[in-house]
Amino acid sequence: MKAGSHLERVLEKGAFAVTGEFNPPKGNDVSVIKRKADLLKGCVDAVNVTDNQTAIVRMSSMAASSLLIQMGLEPVMQITTRDRNRIAIQSDLMGATALGIRNMLCLTGDHPSFGNQVDSKNVHDLDSIQLIDCVRTMRDQGTLLGGVDKIEGEIKLFVGAVENPFADPFEFRAIRLGKKVSAGADFIQTQCIYDMNRFKEWMKRVQDRGLHEKCHILAGISPLNSDRIILQWKKKILPQVSIPEGLINRITKSKDPDEEGISVCIEQVKELKEMKGIHGIHLMGTDLEEKFARIVDGAGLLPRPKVE
Amino acid sequence: MEEILRYLDPYNKILLSGCGACVTVCHAGGEKEVELMASGLRMARQKMGKRIEVLEITPPRQCEPEFALEVADTFQKVEAVVSIACGVGVQTLVRHYPKTPVFPGVNTSFLGETITHGVWEERCQACGNCLLEKTGGICPVTRCAKQLLNGPCGGPSNGKCEINQETDCVWQLIYDRLSGLGQLDKLEEIIPAKRWGVESRDRGPRRMVREDLKA
Repeated sequence: MKAGSHLERVLEKGAFAVTGEFNPPKGNDVSVIKRKADLLKGCVDAVNVTDNQTAIVRMSSMAASSLLIQMGLEPVMQITTRDRNRIAIQSDLMGATALGIRNMLCLTGDHPSFGNQVDSKNVHDLDSIQLIDCVRTMRDQGTLLGGVDKIEGEIKLFVGAVENPFADPFEFRAIRLGKKVSAGADFIQTQCIYDMNRFKEWMKRVQDRGLHEKCHILAGISPLNSDRIILQWKKKILPQVSIPEGLINRITKSKDPDEEGISVCIEQVKELKEMKGIHGIHLMGTDLEEKFARIVDGAGLLPRPKVE
Repeated sequence: MEEILRYLDPYNKILLSGCGACVTVCHAGGEKEVELMASGLRMARQKMGKRIEVLEITPPRQCEPEFALEVADTFQKVEAVVSIACGVGVQTLVRHYPKTPVFPGVNTSFLGETITHGVWEERCQACGNCLLEKTGGICPVTRCAKQLLNGPCGGPSNGKCEINQETDCVWQLIYDRLSGLGQLDKLEEIIPAKRWGVESRDRGPRRMVREDLKA
């Protein structure tokens, strides 16, 4: 065990893992966290706590992660290189582990121009791969980046990273995943999947490189719910995530697009569960916690496993 | 122009200085632009009912002390100076003329390459620690909005940056270049955390001394 987190234990045991996504409140209202935590409890093994996602200012991921632990949920704290240099990052890793956080997802972060503080100075002292290397160095060597200064105590972290199989250049995507694994990623969460054919093509390249045996890959799932959202998603929010026409038609032409979106996800999960190298799913989307529970239930993934 | 008029408000006789080097080439601060801006200032002030006398000058290279010193006589005749050379040129004048206010007349933007007539793009940030040998000669420090050194973010689509659809994703360019050269193996190497603090601007202003060239 590298960190002994619940998520690590589930994956090491060979169970099909389920993680969810949680956006901290745009303020300090703890009751929002409590309400969402109650919806997620029992349906996921761990929950990602986003770090000012899409560069919109929210409660810090470390504080929200710590609160989730108190509420009985295991967090995957997200940390971006957008807002912190290597001094702040390493300091935060010390603080997070002291607060009991055991999973750390390393990201570059969405560009500030998408958020609500567009004139901010982006940092990017490190990129996501250098951040993964930094966390691994602190955990395995017990030193700061650079390998000299010793750390007091132990930085026990299960290290996560992300990959978007749908962004360009497509041929670079598996190479980049390989770099993340070489740098020290223990698990990978993918961008949400709508184009299953392209995902399979990417997975083939991942398998050709043997990467599925060196890290745990959790496939991203996010329910589509109405034609308005599909169009918005396609054109504005995530231009790099392709949604096949067939899927758009299936949802927009159904009597109840909401229900159809959930059905699609359940089918996807069942297919992914049988795919070589996929060790779990990652449920994404803002304020979709109630749907997460229905997808997990519908796909036969309840109850969640207990591990020692 | 409004900004310039605002800070020139107290003055009635000024010098507008261009530069015959880089800013002439990029049509931002050469002799022609000095002439245009000078008449623009005169007209604007006349409309405001506060006439202004504008002298014009365009030394061959404003950032060299010899040329900066040549304009000493003209400096004596004016109350303030506007320079439409780059930020370096402005500061050369400031260093040599402690008693005359010198204002910037342009916002110096970047070190660019002429792509085609009338189009310039940023190519180098003078980071002091060149990576071009690892990236097919194309700079991700300058040309990636997140300065990613190990590959593209999750954002690009159809070879374009998610932040600006007119900007090529530099990692697409690097991929294509290395692919063409048969050097895709270069992409597998992890480029370690960059030394921003030693070679780059983050340690404060940089200085270069060539003993063999010193007077």
